[in-house]
Amino acid sequence: MAVCIAVIAKENYPLYIRSLPTQNELKFHYTVHTSLDVVEEKISAAGKSLGDQRELYLGLLYPTEDYKVYGYVTNSKVKFVIVVDSSNTSLRDNEIRSMFRKLHNSFTDVMCNPFHNPGDTIQSKAFDGIVSGMMVQTG
Amino acid sequence: MFYHENGLQCLVLTRPSVTELCGAKRLGYFGTPQFFVALKLLAAAQSALPIHLESITANLPLPRFVGLKTEPEMRYSVVPPSVDGQGAQCGTGTGPPGSVSWTPADRRHPEDHVDRKEPWSPPRSPCSSPPRSPLPYRGSSYAKQSNGADSLTAYESKPSSRPTVHPDQRSSPGSYATRAATERPARTSSSERLDQQGLVDDPEDDPWRITEEQLEYYTNQFKSLQPDLGALILGTIAKNFFTKSKLPIPELSHIWELSDVDRDGALTFPEFCTAFHLIVARKNGYPLPESLPPTLRTGSVQDEDEDTPDTPESAEPLIVFKDTEPRTSLTNRSVIERLTEAEVKQESCQRDVGVTTETTSPEQRVLRLAAFTERTEPPQDLDPHMRTRTRPRSYSSTSIEDSMKKAEEPPTPPPRPQKTHSRASSLDLNKLFQQGAPGIKSGWLPTPPALPPRPSTSQVSQFIGVSEKTPQKKVQQPNFADFSHFRDEEESSVKPEDQGRDLATASKQDVIGVPPSQAPQKPVRKKYHAESQNLEATPPPAAPFPTPTKPAPRLLSKQKREIQTAIRKNKETNAVLTRLNSELQQQLEVVHQERVALETQLELQRPLAST
Repeated sequence: MAVCIAVIAKENYPLYIRSLPTQNELKFHYTVHTSLDVVEEKISAAGKSLGDQRELYLGLLYPTEDYKVYGYVTNSKVKFVIVVDSSNTSLRDNEIRSMFRKLHNSFTDVMCNPFHNPGDTIQSKAFDGIVSGMMVQTG
Repeated sequence: MFYHENGLQCLVLTRPSVTELCGAKRLGYFGTPQFFVALKLLAAAQSALPIHLESITANLPLPRFVGLKTEPEMRYSVVPPSVDGQGAQCGTGTGPPGSVSWTPADRRHPEDHVDRKEPWSPPRSPCSSPPRSPLPYRGSSYAKQSNGADSLTAYESKPSSRPTVHPDQRSSPGSYATRAATERPARTSSSERLDQQGLVDDPEDDPWRITEEQLEYYTNQFKSLQPDLGALILGTIAKNFFTKSKLPIPELSHIWELSDVDRDGALTFPEFCTAFHLIVARKNGYPLPESLPPTLRTGSVQDEDEDTPDTPESAEPLIVFKDTEPRTSLTNRSVIERLTEAEVKQESCQRDVGVTTETTSPEQRVLRLAAFTERTEPPQDLDPHMRTRTRPRSYSSTSIEDSMKKAEEPPTPPPRPQKTHSRASSLDLNKLFQQGAPGIKSGWLPTPPALPPRPSTSQVSQFIGVSEKTPQKKVQQPNFADFSHFRDEEESSVKPEDQGRDLATASKQDVIGVPPSQAPQKPVRKKYHAESQNLEATPPPAAPFPTPTKPAPRLLSKQKREIQTAIRKNKETNAVLTRLNSELQQQLEVVHQERVALETQLELQRPLAST
């Protein structure tokens, strides 16, 4: 049910970003970029303990009038950002978590692929498939 | 399918006789000789001769096949997963002469695919209906097909050789050899001519099926990379190897995604064959499929399935083939050999009555997991094409232990269920469900060798420390060393578990008093010994030790212990399944709510639309 999904590398450049084509993509790029600040803030605030599942999921980063932005960071500081349309019936937290989990799993699969160099943009059909599945649900 | 284009042949082949006669049924697939014999039989049937092997020797006209299609169309129809090719390809015909071997290939693929799984007749019925479809492509004789041979350009084989092929089917093997020689140079290394030749056999078979020669070639290649056929090829090694094929990296990446079905970043032998085969296919011009074709998938999986029913007697098959199956929590590539060992033990443990035992491998995995950062571990619902295992991943070792401890605490009745958790899949299930991965395949769940019971063993060791039976257990320990089929790591966890269970039975019999507790422990030991026999078919050499020490009157109590153990195990299984059920119910609720939300949205929009 996402409107935009982005994967940001540790160095804060995008590895993968995809929005619903009907929307203004640039706007989402900007949104995701600004959300990175919030992510950084949460990461530093999270502090010492090693990431467990609760901390990987950052929750709602910030809501705007149109949409809400959720964040998730992996242990290697790869960030996933999901932008969800506010007009949708608000998705439950668990659903967002499960979306992030799916993303994380597909991302791991992509990383496992020896032909993929970490740091490259993600060009995996399987990953695309998963992302499309999550976005199509928006309806 | 292919055969059904001919009305008569439909009937002919509904009789299993043709297949039987040509030996295909025995082999389970149509090899080259079988195919030729079958065609001969068809010709015989068409000439109204009785169907016998002798009739083949008669001078038969070529069997006539109607409903021929041009080669490119057929190639196109071949490429999509040909499981449903039964319907799609019934109407297609053989274009060029080479495609005569084509269509049997793609026909045969669904046939064989089906043959292997079902009796002969059921596939017939679905096939007889589709021939209604499109026989606009009438071409009938092989001579005509030679025109289509020119359209084989993409295949780059010499068309001129083709028309000479079919007039004499029996010499086709030779023609295939010539065709092989004309195959385009796919790779630079001369050894790769062999796999080109192997690929040429594909049109006769199915492009996604690995033939014997190819399999042999792949085996050799695998051995050159990794001498042990059962071990894994690391991703980097495989990458270097496949890069030599000079395919573009995105395609190689896609091939990898297709072939690494267990998603562990390394290739087992079947996966390697799959990947190699896809590369070969790609070099020969086949577009890459979006999902793994069934023959490749089943081909890779069948190796494992074939050995699954093998008795667990010898460790050898376990090592070779079982390693793929339980590799659900494989994470660290660098300890793959240890993993293989671990999986062997794990598989052997999984042969227990219904309870998966997590012994050493989880412990090993804990160590590896601690080294891991990136991986997450809910069991994942892979794509339907990747029908194999989901990979439970852990977010971190700390969370695993936390969740496991939580899982262990709720089942309060003290020794027994906690011991369950120390070994059983219920632990794993709890953790899996806590991470709440949707769409878990329930059938798969009872078996996942998931996660590290390190706290569990510590917990059990607490048992040992606490119990007053400690000295007696210490006595037992050297006996357990006789269980040679468990390796050392297993023993260390097996022993505590068994001792834990001893504690349970002993505690039950506290009423009896301390001295008889010696007796229950002996039968418990004996019972565990019986269990270990379940795990490993060969009786452990430890067998001698309990029997001489056990007096005869103990037999009854021993049986009682056995029954109690069985009861306990059933209860454990029940608990596991109950939890599974409840988790699935929760997920169902979630899905329901989503659905309700969507429906309300829809309704909201409908009045809007009307206004």
